[in-house]
Amino acid sequence: MPHIQLDESLPGIRSLAYYRPDTGKALYQLAQTLLRDSSPLSEDERELIAAYVSYKNSCVFCTSSHAAAARFLYKDEKQIVDFVLDDYKSSPISGKIKALLNIAGKVQADARLVNENDIQLARIEGANDRDIHDTVLIAAAFCMFNRYVDGLATITTTDPAEYEKMGERMGTVGYIPPLKN
Amino acid sequence: MAYIKIDESLPGIRGLMSFSPYTATPLNALAELLLRSDVGLTKGERELIATYVSYLNECFFCQRIHGAVAQYYFNNVDEDLVRKVKENYKSAPISDKLKFLLAIAENVQKGGKYVKIEQVEEAKKFGTTDLEIHDTVLIAAAFCMFNRYVDGMGTFAPENPELYKQRAKRIAEETGYVNSI
Repeated sequence: MPHIQLDESLPGIRSLAYYRPDTGKALYQLAQTLLRDSSPLSEDERELIAAYVSYKNSCVFCTSSHAAAARFLYKDEKQIVDFVLDDYKSSPISGKIKALLNIAGKVQADARLVNENDIQLARIEGANDRDIHDTVLIAAAFCMFNRYVDGLATITTTDPAEYEKMGERMGTVGYIPPLKN
Repeated sequence: MAYIKIDESLPGIRGLMSFSPYTATPLNALAELLLRSDVGLTKGERELIATYVSYLNECFFCQRIHGAVAQYYFNNVDEDLVRKVKENYKSAPISDKLKFLLAIAENVQKGGKYVKIEQVEEAKKFGTTDLEIHDTVLIAAAFCMFNRYVDGMGTFAPENPELYKQRAKRIAEETGYVNSI
C-alpha cells in the first residue's frame, strides 16, 4: 500500500507523475533528456548505468524496469545486463563503461568519494567531459528516482512479463508521463 | 576545480548547468516547482527540508545556499533557525508537523525504504496532507540528486557566507530557480 492515495492501476513512478503532473512532467523530461537525447553514451549504456545505480539502491521497480529497457536496447547482447548487475568488473563491457560504472557506484554511495584517480582512469579508457558529466548526473538522478518511488511505497509488480513490456515501451517511445484526463 | 572543464566563475551547480543547458532546463523546472510554492508547505518549510537533507549529505554548497534562502524566510521567527534545525530539529522552534516531515526527509536521505508507514501515519495525525508528504519525499529525494551532482563533479563552493546571503535574497525576492545559471 502506498503511503499516500495514488491511482493503483499505475505502478512506480507513473503513479507519482499522475498524482502531481507538474513535477511529473519535469521528472519525465529529465529522464528523456538524460537517457534518450544527445550524449556520447549510447542509450543502452545509459540505461545500464540507471539499472546499476537502482540495483545498488535496492529499488526493485527502477532496477527491473531499466534493466528491461537496457535488455531491449542491447538486443542480441541482452545478457550483458545481468552480467553487469551480478559483477560489472568481470562482465563483457568496455573498459570505458567499467570506469564510468565505478564513478556511478561512488556517486550512489556518497558523491564525495569520487576522486581524481577515478576520473583519470575513465579518461585513459577514452571517456570525455560529457561522458563523465552524463554518468554522474544519471547516477545522481537515480538516487532521486529510487528514493521517490520507494519513499512513498508505490506499487511494485514482481511479474517479469510486466517489466518486459515496460522495457519495450521505454526503448521505443521513451519517457512520456501518464496524462490526467 | 571541477573534474571537467566548466566556467569556474560559477560556483556549485551553476557551472554544471552552464556546461549542460539541456539537462539544466528540467532540473531548474523541478527546483522551481518544489521550492517556490506555498501550496501545502510554505516556501520556508520547503527550503528548510532541502537544507536539512543537504546538511545530512554534507554538501557544502547546497546547504549554504538553501540554508541562506530558508533563513531569509524565517528571519522574522528566529534569526538563528537554520543552525538550530541542523543541530537538533527536534528541539528547534518549528511546528510539530514540520518535525515529523523532517523525520521523513531524514529517512529518505538514508534510502526510500527507510520511510516507515508508522511515521507517515503519525504525521497525518498532526494534520499533514498527502500532498505535503509527497512534496517532502520528493524534495528530500531531489536533494539526494542535486547534492550528488554538485559533489560528484567536484565543483567549487565559495566560503564567504555573505555571498550566499546576497544570492539568497535575490532568489527569494526576484529570480527563483527558473534560470539558476
